Amino acid sequence: MSTTLNLTLQVWRQDGPDAAGRFETYQANNIPDDASFLEMLDVVNEDLIENGKVPIEFPHDCREGICGTCGVMINGRAHGQEKGTATCQLHMRKFNDGDTIAIEPWRAAAFPVVRDLVVDRSPMDAIIQAGGYITAPTGTGGDANDTPIPKEAADSAMDAAACIGCGACVAACPNSAAQLFTSAKVWHLNSLPQGQPERYKRAEAMVETMEQFFGSCTNHGECSEACPKEISLDFIAYMNRDYIKSKRFNRKLAGQG
Amino acid sequence: MAAPTLARGKSAQRPIRPKRRELPFPLNLYQTAVGKKWVMAVTGLMLLGFVVFHALGNLKLYLGAVEHNGEAVWDIDLYGEFLRELLVPLFPRTYFLWLLRFGLMGAFALHIHSAFTLTRMNQSSNSRYQSKRDWLAANFASRSMRVTGVIVSLYIVFHLADLTWGLSAISPDWERGEIYNNLILSLGRWWVALIYIGANIALCIHIFHGAWSMFQSLGLNNPRWNSLRRSVAAGLAGAILLMNLSFPIAILAGVVEAGEPEVSLESNE
Repeated sequence: MSTTLNLTLQVWRQDGPDAAGRFETYQANNIPDDASFLEMLDVVNEDLIENGKVPIEFPHDCREGICGTCGVMINGRAHGQEKGTATCQLHMRKFNDGDTIAIEPWRAAAFPVVRDLVVDRSPMDAIIQAGGYITAPTGTGGDANDTPIPKEAADSAMDAAACIGCGACVAACPNSAAQLFTSAKVWHLNSLPQGQPERYKRAEAMVETMEQFFGSCTNHGECSEACPKEISLDFIAYMNRDYIKSKRFNRKLAGQG
Repeated sequence: MAAPTLARGKSAQRPIRPKRRELPFPLNLYQTAVGKKWVMAVTGLMLLGFVVFHALGNLKLYLGAVEHNGEAVWDIDLYGEFLRELLVPLFPRTYFLWLLRFGLMGAFALHIHSAFTLTRMNQSSNSRYQSKRDWLAANFASRSMRVTGVIVSLYIVFHLADLTWGLSAISPDWERGEIYNNLILSLGRWWVALIYIGANIALCIHIFHGAWSMFQSLGLNNPRWNSLRRSVAAGLAGAILLMNLSFPIAILAGVVEAGEPEVSLESNE
């Protein structure tokens, strides 16, 4: 049996990047508890449209926790109160009837608000780009198991590659640091044999691009708690290690990436 | 149709702080936040080493008086002289001690400077939430590092003025070289003891987060002993607090008292 919830929403509304934002209060009535958080927002928007009002803009795409598009602050927590869950996977049965829910966009100087709950996360793309990419056609990929990869390295790389780039780590960080995101992307490649040729170059380029936009790590651990993929803080240490190694031994000059 | 808000390809945004020209090694380490955190961890380790040995050395307070060259002396005064005479045939007296002191001063300067610049960087990267934040992992220690750091550095100035320089305004009974009596007379005053206890609690909180954070900043991470890192930090912070708090408590309780050292020389005959 499905029950329904009546909720009070306090949603951040902002008409554009330069407009002043404000909280607006909405009633979300008769929300089925099977609905996801985004479906709840859909219901509210339907209502707003029917009443001739501007619907709430919120980021979303796959709605199954793999694209990393959705993500809002829900009651002061990135992606809401459930651990290891993206906003789209958060269900309304986790809330109680009569709850007041505060919804705010990610906040960081590098994440300017585009409109309402949508922010511009393109600095994260800049970090990915700094990691290097192939522009020349190099034929098809090699056969599986062409390159022997230790199981532990494969596991570690896979854990890092779980990052969906949603930006919750930056949003949850009191310093707006992107260390967890960057380290996951760095370690995803640096832990694998295929990533070794440019290992140190990549660590330097990605860290230095990150620092043009984001803050520094003070090891609070908020990022890992907020992460819908539960990326480990360990990757931050690995990234720091590769970065310092690269600088200390000047591997760039030594022709080691 | 409205123009697309997000640009494709190159990042649509300009960097908050564009990359500067890279300085030669090792100065380039200090140009980036990851490098600064590394410097902060290394200097923090040096300062932590000092705090541990300072507390261990002070435990000599409890050994009281010993016989030295046929004279009764306070053991901690003897230890103070040992520090001044460190590596004496190699260096003139107090030279090596000053070398250590300059090392500590340099570590302090870099620790504080990196903290200051990183704080500025974080503030410029930040944008405040308007609704109430709910902290999950950040604890009191990690969020109060800047406050406890300032408390500890202010206290160090007071502590030096009180016991090292012996400023007459703060410690009128201070005499050079009389470590045992200076310490007891100073900490025997309730307001000095109160400042001392407060500063040491701040130091303990600072070390609790700093000693753990250090491992991450240095990249010291190994699944084999990662679970020990928190315990090492908590153990260090707790042990240092226990040792340091024992001094004012013992002094106020009258366990150790100021005066002239006395030993029964008969036992040595």
